[in-house]
Parts: sequence; C-alpha cells; structure tokens
Amino acid sequence: MTAVRNRLGSHFNLVAAIAGLAIAAIIPMFLDPLSSITDNAITAGAYVVMALGLNIVVGFAGLLDLGYVAFFAFGAYTTAWFASLQFAPANHSKGIHILAGDFASKLPGLHFNFLIILVLAIVITGIAGMLIGLPTLRLRGDYIAIVTLAFGEIIYRFAVNGDAIHLGKGYPLTGGRQAIAPLDSIDLPGLPAFDDASNLRPFFWFVLVLVALVLFVNFRLRESRLGRAWIAMREDEVAAASMGIPLVKTKLLAYATGAAFGGISGAFLASYQSAVNADQFQFGVSIFILAMIIMGGLGSIWGVVFGAVVLSFINTYFIPNVFNSIPSHLGLNFDLTQVSFGIFGFLILIVMVLRPQGLFPERRRKIELTEGIGADESLAEERP
Amino acid sequence: MTAPGAPASPAAGSGGALAATLLETDHVSKVFGGLVAVNDVSFTIPEHAIVSIIGPNGAGKTTFFNMLTGLYKPTTGRIAFGGREISHMRPDRITALGIARTFQNIRLFATMSAVENVMVGQHSRMSAGLIGSILRPPRVRREEREAREKARETLSYVGLAESVHDERAINLAYGDQRRVEIARALASDPQLLLLDEPTAGMNPQESDQLTAFMRRLRDDRKLTILLIEHDMKVVMGVSERITVLDHGEKIAEGDPLEVRANPLVVEAYLGKQG
Repeated sequence: MTAVRNRLGSHFNLVAAIAGLAIAAIIPMFLDPLSSITDNAITAGAYVVMALGLNIVVGFAGLLDLGYVAFFAFGAYTTAWFASLQFAPANHSKGIHILAGDFASKLPGLHFNFLIILVLAIVITGIAGMLIGLPTLRLRGDYIAIVTLAFGEIIYRFAVNGDAIHLGKGYPLTGGRQAIAPLDSIDLPGLPAFDDASNLRPFFWFVLVLVALVLFVNFRLRESRLGRAWIAMREDEVAAASMGIPLVKTKLLAYATGAAFGGISGAFLASYQSAVNADQFQFGVSIFILAMIIMGGLGSIWGVVFGAVVLSFINTYFIPNVFNSIPSHLGLNFDLTQVSFGIFGFLILIVMVLRPQGLFPERRRKIELTEGIGADESLAEERP
Repeated sequence: MTAPGAPASPAAGSGGALAATLLETDHVSKVFGGLVAVNDVSFTIPEHAIVSIIGPNGAGKTTFFNMLTGLYKPTTGRIAFGGREISHMRPDRITALGIARTFQNIRLFATMSAVENVMVGQHSRMSAGLIGSILRPPRVRREEREAREKARETLSYVGLAESVHDERAINLAYGDQRRVEIARALASDPQLLLLDEPTAGMNPQESDQLTAFMRRLRDDRKLTILLIEHDMKVVMGVSERITVLDHGEKIAEGDPLEVRANPLVVEAYLGKQG
C-alpha cells in the first residue's frame, strides 16, 4: 500500500478514487436490480457523504460537533417541502412545478427537480450551519460539543412538534412523527425517472456521483489556503489568529461546508426512502456518524470513507440479517437490532482502547495524539 | 522588498531623530482582575529602528506585546500603528495591516511542514476563498505556487537548510524552529516585526548570528523591529533605544548607555542596595 502510494505520488488519491468508484459502480450489474445489497450500499453511500461532511468540521477544523443530525434533518426536510404533497394548497391547489417529472408535475404541492432541491439543501443547511456555529465561536473544545449537542436536540424537537407549527393555513412545517410521504423520486433531465420498485441501480450510481463530489471537495480543501487555516486553527488558535487567520470566518466556513454535505445526503436519503419522519433525527444519528469518522481516523479522508461504509453495513445488514438471532440462540429474549447503538458504543470503546487514532489515521492526527498538540492551548500561559 | 543578499541601502537604519513614528502607545494599561499587568505605558517606535523592551520576569513585557498584536485589548489607553488606531482590532486585521510576531515559547503549527507554516503566515496576503479553494482556477493555482516559492525563499533567507524545508515543524531542531517562526512572521510582509525573546535557549554564537540577522532584516527589508530580550549583550548591541518595564510600569527609557547607567534599572534587576 505504502509502496503503491509512493510510486503514484500526488496522483495516488485521484487514481484510488477513480478505481474505487469504478469498481463500486460495476458491482450492482452482477446483482439483482432490487438486491438488498444494492439497497444497503445506497444507504452506505449517503452515510459516506455525511461522514465526509462531518470530517471537515471535526477532522479538519477540530470543532467537535455532536449535533450533526440537524443538517441531515434540514436536508431531508428540503426534499420533503419541495417534492411532496405537503403544501397542497399552494397556488390554488394546482401546485408549483419547476422541471418536475411527468408524474409529479400533475400533483398539487411543491414539486421541484431534485437537482434544484440539492442546491436548495446546500443553501439552507449551509446557512443553518453558520447560525448553529455562531454561539460556539467563543467556546473551546468540549464546550462546543455541548452547545452543538443541544442544537441537534432542538432541531429534533422542532421536527417532532413541527406538525403543530403552521406557516399559514394548510402549511404545517413538518409531519411530526407522521411521515411526510410520498416524496418525488429523482428524475434527471434526459434520463428515465428513477424507480425504486423496479431498479435500484440508478440510485446507487447517483449516490456514487455525490460521493465523488464530496471526495473531490475534501481533497481540494485539505490542500488549500482554507484547509491550512483550519489545521492551523485546530493546532493553535492563538498562533493562527496572530498569523492573520480570521477565526470567526474560518470556523463558520467549516461549519457551513460540513453542514452542506449533511444537507445533500439528507435530501438524497429522503428522496430515496420517499418519506421523512421526525424520529429519523434522534441524537443517536449524530453519534453514529461521529463513530464512523473516529473509527476510520479523524481527518483521514480514506479512513472516514472506510468507517462509514463498514458501520453502515453493520447497521443495515450484519446486525439485522446476519447476527440478529444470536441472543435467542443463547436463550436471551431480545433481538440484536434492539441494542444496535450499544454495539456501536462498544465498537467505539474498542477502537479508543486499542487504536485511538482510528484504523487509517491521518499522519498529522497521529502526531497530535502522541505529542498532545492542540490540547486546549490557551493564552493563559502567555500571561505574566 | 529587497531581494535576499542584495547590498543594504546606505540610507536605511539611520534611525535618526527625524524618522517618522510607526507605532505609538498612549497611556496603555491592562488589568486582569485585580492584577495591573501593564500600567500607563506610553511609548513610540520610530520607523526602521530596532528598539527593545526589557525588564525582570513578570514585568508585563509579553502582556504589552499581546496588546500590540490584538490578542489582548487594552483596559485603557490607545495604540496607533502608522497613524491608525488598532487598540480594538482583531489580531488577524492587525497582521494584515503589517505587524507580525514570534512567540516566547515557540508556537509553530507542529504537524505542518516548515513550508506549510510559512504559507500560513501568508494567509492575509492571499485571496483564495471557499469556492476558489474547491475549484482551483488558474488564479488560485498561481497564487498557491507563488506562495510555496515565497515560503521556500523566506526559509532560505532565515538560514533554514533546504533539506529540512519539508520536515514537520515538530521534528526540527530547536534553533531551526526559531528560524521557521521568524520566517512565518516575515511571510506576512510586515512593516513591524515583534520578536519575543528570540535568543532564548541559544548559545552565545547563535545569539551573535541572530543579532547580525536582525540588522540585516532592518536594512534589507526596511523593517522596524521591537524586541523583548533577556540577553543583555544582544539588547545593548542591537538596540537604538531601550524601554524598561518593571511591575507593569515604564521606569526608564533611552539609548543603551543611558539605560545601563540608570539607577532605577539597576535597582529593578539587582534590588535596592544598602
């Protein structure tokens, strides 16, 4: 691996990304169009996008965000608002349609093309990311985690109770614990509409494109003026500010960029599952995504991809399908799915004990962990 | 900016009475809770001069530095740089205006290479934003390439061997870390360079080299230098003017000879005699 990496030099990441995505793209051709493996892989792809987004905030900029689920929620509700019957009275019940598919364009409510929804999701979650980031700007380390955790919970409560919040008669904000469904499927210009009842492959390829996009952005940002500013800030805020880095702007850009990917992923998952209900946005999801990047290696792009794919498959395939009946074989009266978050907690614990830097650590992070860099250096030591 | 190695212009470094004031503090104080760290200090730095602040440990020198660079806001008083008030400006804005610094306890970005550290120093002179960083248009590519070249030039200028330019800061020898810190500060194209105990931990020979280097900086790069220093040989050898702080107050000011002869200064360092 290292030898290959050295020979390819700076092109390693590009070659690895193209090869990995190409191989992944071929696999579903050998599977049934409705294979559950493809289904799980689509979910995994969406989690990769989310994990890489959180990696920008936590891994690059060092801002521990425990409320990332909020951006998943904003993205999902973007689809739920702009591609459903939710706002049926709009435009005298005739609906508003922008480049909507043939079927959706006859329905009431708002029906925007999915590509427009993606752009809206990026804008909405990017702004939400900055707003949620604002109160944390003066905080450090663990305190950021607490505030973001609270915001994640606030957004969840809003989603649960949103069916009682009306933006006007007949315009409830969310469906609460009732799902907003059905949502329009993805219908790209020039391609047949995606249909999850007959063929899952287009969804998989679409999510691969999203993964490619977010990989590209991650790699580009890491080697840029902004990426260097994030790393500098993570290692020593005081020195970073003294070198001309505007802390507020640089932090908000990290929050906004990370949030936008959560939004993209949420918008996609909502459309794929054709339903959004508030209980999808519980605190556990934030931890689940954080577990992916911790397990893979904070800041390490390939590590995060690996962590997201593995944990997602454990969650959607191994726990419910392979190992679910283990407790009953042991004479215990529960299913493994009921304790899945316990299992993830246990996995984080194992990683923390045996390999705190993650499975594929980024080299910088490894040094930081062993040398104790960035461990809340404040100005205190500068005082007389 | 003069290229490294170019002959120093004869006009530079005169530091005479006619030189314009680059930085001025006007009755500046800083209070932490009940502790008065800096008390009513007024002070000026002429352009192209090398001036020093000395004083016993805990005299408030570094606090004073931190106010000049925006890390602390003065409790009372004003600070002006090039005629512009900077008392309440953010550190990054002050850096952009042309004040750069090093730290007493080296604060390099440890996991970044020497070159990357110096590139961070150029942050305020670069323009690529979020979109530019992602799409990397030709303008951004050129900016990155030039920043990298400038970083290498600056590192060579401060005397860092080319073989360690890409070494992570944490793996560098102590003296080299000091060099990288100076290079990182220079990379922001400052007019005023603040050095906080740059010779700490150096042997006499290295201190002499640094003294010569400071003069070269002033002459080649038209810099003004403010120095906090404990090594009296360095201070007396290089400074045109020295300000002495004790318990947060300015107790003396003048050229090296005057300061050395001042009984208050002797008392501050050695205690009252008799």
